[in-house]
Amino acid sequence: MQELDKLVAEATALFAGITDADALEQAKARYLGKAGALTELLKGLGKLSAEERPAAGARINVAKQKLEEALNAQRELIAGRALEVRLAEESVDVTLPGRGRSSGGLHPVSRTMERIEQLFRSVGFEVADGPEIETDFYNFTALNQPENHPARSMHDTFYLADGKHLLRTHTSPIQIRYMEQHQPPIRIIAPGRVYRVDSDATHSPMFHQVEGLWIDEQISFAHLKGVLIDFFRRFFENDSLKVRFRPSFFPFTEPSAEIDMSFGDGWLEVGGCGMVHPSVLRNVGIDSERYQGFAFGLGPDRLTMLRYGVNDLRLFYENDLRFLKQFV
Amino acid sequence: MKISEHWLRELVDPALSTAELADLLTFGGIEVEAIEAAAPPFDRVVVAEVLSVEKHPQADRLNVCQVNAGTAPLTIVCGAPNVHAGMRVPAALVGAKLPGIEIKLAKVRGVESQGMLCSARELGLSEEASGLLELAPDATIGQAVRDLLDLDDQVLTTKPTPNRGDCLSLLGMAREVAALSGAKLKWQTPAAVTSSITDVMAIQLDAPADCPHYSARIIRGVNAAAVTPQWMARRLQRSGIRCISAVVDVTNYVLLEMGQPLHAFDAAKLSGGIHVRRARAGETLALLNDTTLSLTPAHLVIADAKQALALAGIMGGEASGVTVNTRDVVLESAFFTPDVIAGKTRALGFGSDSAYRFERGVDFSGARAAQERATQLILQICGGQAGPVAEAQGTLPTRDKVQLRLARATRVLGFQIDAQTAVSILERLGCQPRLAGDVITAVPPSYRFDMAIEEDLIEELARIHGYNRIPVALPAAHTALLPVAENHRGPAAVRRQLASLDFQEAVTYSFVERSWEEDFCANPEPIALANPIASQMSVMRSSLIGGLVNAVVFNTSHRQPRVRLFEVGRCFLNQAGYPQPWRVGAIAFGDAEPQQWASGARPIDFFDLKADLEALLAPLKAEFVPLPHPALHPGKSAAVLLDGNAVGWIGELHPRWQRKYDLPSAPVLFEVELDALEHRELPVYQEISRFPAVRRDMAAEFDENIRYGDISSELKRSGPGILRDVTVFDLYRGQGVQKGKKSLAFSVLLQDTHKTLTDAEAEKAMVELRRILQEKFNAKLR
Repeated sequence: MQELDKLVAEATALFAGITDADALEQAKARYLGKAGALTELLKGLGKLSAEERPAAGARINVAKQKLEEALNAQRELIAGRALEVRLAEESVDVTLPGRGRSSGGLHPVSRTMERIEQLFRSVGFEVADGPEIETDFYNFTALNQPENHPARSMHDTFYLADGKHLLRTHTSPIQIRYMEQHQPPIRIIAPGRVYRVDSDATHSPMFHQVEGLWIDEQISFAHLKGVLIDFFRRFFENDSLKVRFRPSFFPFTEPSAEIDMSFGDGWLEVGGCGMVHPSVLRNVGIDSERYQGFAFGLGPDRLTMLRYGVNDLRLFYENDLRFLKQFV
Repeated sequence: MKISEHWLRELVDPALSTAELADLLTFGGIEVEAIEAAAPPFDRVVVAEVLSVEKHPQADRLNVCQVNAGTAPLTIVCGAPNVHAGMRVPAALVGAKLPGIEIKLAKVRGVESQGMLCSARELGLSEEASGLLELAPDATIGQAVRDLLDLDDQVLTTKPTPNRGDCLSLLGMAREVAALSGAKLKWQTPAAVTSSITDVMAIQLDAPADCPHYSARIIRGVNAAAVTPQWMARRLQRSGIRCISAVVDVTNYVLLEMGQPLHAFDAAKLSGGIHVRRARAGETLALLNDTTLSLTPAHLVIADAKQALALAGIMGGEASGVTVNTRDVVLESAFFTPDVIAGKTRALGFGSDSAYRFERGVDFSGARAAQERATQLILQICGGQAGPVAEAQGTLPTRDKVQLRLARATRVLGFQIDAQTAVSILERLGCQPRLAGDVITAVPPSYRFDMAIEEDLIEELARIHGYNRIPVALPAAHTALLPVAENHRGPAAVRRQLASLDFQEAVTYSFVERSWEEDFCANPEPIALANPIASQMSVMRSSLIGGLVNAVVFNTSHRQPRVRLFEVGRCFLNQAGYPQPWRVGAIAFGDAEPQQWASGARPIDFFDLKADLEALLAPLKAEFVPLPHPALHPGKSAAVLLDGNAVGWIGELHPRWQRKYDLPSAPVLFEVELDALEHRELPVYQEISRFPAVRRDMAAEFDENIRYGDISSELKRSGPGILRDVTVFDLYRGQGVQKGKKSLAFSVLLQDTHKTLTDAEAEKAMVELRRILQEKFNAKLR
């Protein structure tokens, strides 16, 4: 039996010294193969007496188990080392940039308009749209500005060569078009491009406006103030933002107000608003005794400038990637 | 309008600082845009009399003057050419601080100068430096020049809104300040001038609807060359009005003071009486601004028996105006209705202070008072003798009673304004309010043209009470959710997807160069603007291409190697009713991918952009059909069809335009209707087959002109029922393939819905597919 222990010790030592998977399998054959040393011992069991046989068999099996354990341990060791080598070879420079793809972005004014839409949607405003080539009727007359009204000189209008149409000077015609089709309650927001004959560092002949309209039975000037103050604070994410209202004049609202917002040490004009003029309601067939409400117009270009610190309006219309890419 | 604060305070003087006064007006609805000092700060400058002038012993151009500045005589060296003994001038004493300099006791070429005699420029009063500022000969010696010239005044620039014509005068502003502050208005209606001659101007009102009131007075024997008094000149100048001559200055002064435009004719140049009438076709009139008008019956004129003299309410005529030689004046004060003046100046291309006021509305009961006021001033300054006022009257506007329901005011404003406050506000505004129950009846004053309905009064209550005192409230919550249509996505979603496809959003002008429309759209008749701001912005775009190409050109000129832009906007079609479809356009220029280490650079091509467009359209599958387009390479352009309807196009820019617009390589671009991208069907679940699919490949050679799209649709149309999908995975030309031919390799997916396919069944299907390729497309199988 000493022979068996010796055999196990010898084989275990041999396996432990082997680092190559094939060599290990060859070494295994020397003990456990058809003509292996342990196999030979098992074959020799037949020569033993029936009494001796079970005990001897059990011992040999124990030895065989030990050999297989040693073998498996060495196999795992070798495989583990091989995996380590492979992993080391496969490692990459993780600091290299990702494979060629990039993404674009929205125009900063679109960001603002989307944000305005989202904020007003959250209190139930729907988005409305209207044509940019308008008629005199929708742009002026229906908004309480008959021909030759001095208020028309507030807007320097682009006219089409046909003498009948114009480029809308504000988004307010959308109010009229919407109210012609819908009865109150009405809550809409109408973003879009508008046009005026004006071009310098602070004016572009094309710019954006967002029109808002809320008509119902009890919508008052106090509500107008509440909704707009709330809007500006949410838009700029600043609960201490100050907003003030100055009396002004728009032919289609009364009372009318300019909206100023605190900015630095001063104030900036950020929009106009007012209670929808009863003639405007009557023009579209809404009972002005029963219904009332407010309208407002905001300048998304100006809001975008304030929000992102842009100091020149013209940048919005140059489409310079060095500018646009900042808003990805 | 620019007004002197001191002048305003003569009429109403609330206990407010200048800044507070400006705020009061701004928050009352009359915006004060600017407050400017009448003169820069300086001190120790007094009225001095030049006693003697002697040549400086050491300098030809300098004089040594003896000066009386109210103290012991001073010796002052002076270089001004106009200095002479006896004149009164501003003298800056030693220690005076003037704009930019401080006056010290100093030797000038050896002579000690005890101060400086000043020009208007040295005091910061004007840009002119023609010599010493000559003061009135009776100016009090030693008096501070600031006091003498009223230089501590401030000039307020106000911007009344178009509905407030009544605020275009000092009197109107004073009324407003009185109403807003409660301070007392100190204005006295001018007393009638007693006539000293009996000459009366005959007036014939032929157009009483246009001119319901006309008054004229003859003033004989005036000295039209008289000097306009300093105080008047100063006020005119502070309001930005140039002094012309005494009589004209008086009319301008009363215009500023009372808001009533006036006109003075030279009586010697009139033949017969005055006619107020519409012009006759063919009449011409030379105006004071050196333009000659061809008149039409749309114009209202003041005429004599022979000819038109003046364009009523707008401008006087050159021939009949007063000059310094005028002896006898006819002074006109009239009311022209806003309707007859409104819009005229825009058509004429010039305006006037008079027209500006008449079109906004002038106090229709104020013409007579202004007539008296101007007469007083002319007599005072130019002398002469005034005749009685001749007046002709049509039907003047009236001011109807307006009823204000307090309950209505409460509902509109959102807070309760008490009856007494409302009455008091309307009283201050001159509306003679009468309260009965819940209703106030008010009569707007004749100078207000913006108060005719209940809302007008509600606005006045809000304005005078103060907008910032109106409470802030949020409307009651509405609990119903807004509908959200799942089969529709808005432009915002389309924009976001394009951004994630590596396009940057651009906003280009809706008006473009005419040549872009010709080049890119072959559109000879785009919608043209009547008054474009510049020739390169003269027509409306019918496509987004021009703006996008231009934006690429701009960026390549700023050395951007790779430009990918999109725009979502309206295009404008010159058809009946001017359709204005929303479109989505995208352009890609430069390499397909940003510069990188992982793979080589490859210029963008048609199929890169097509993949972007397909991603944008998904789940809709478009058909692409070759289609020539004026902007595009004829072999690399296609129409985009959805369900057989063209919804856009895609292609590479034509090499001709690439050269013309100076682009280093050709961009690829597409334009599709936004509508087509917005609609997306709701997904409908399809049963997943439990039986495995079989994938087989096949390859064949085709003539070059055979299109993949035709092959794939033919296989799908007439192939075996178990064909699920066929896709191309290789396109090969070159060695082993005949010239003029191409090899296509297809991956075929076969699947039965009821059972697992056998090899034999799959093979049978492949044989069928190959047969179709051979028979329908003359393919050579590989």
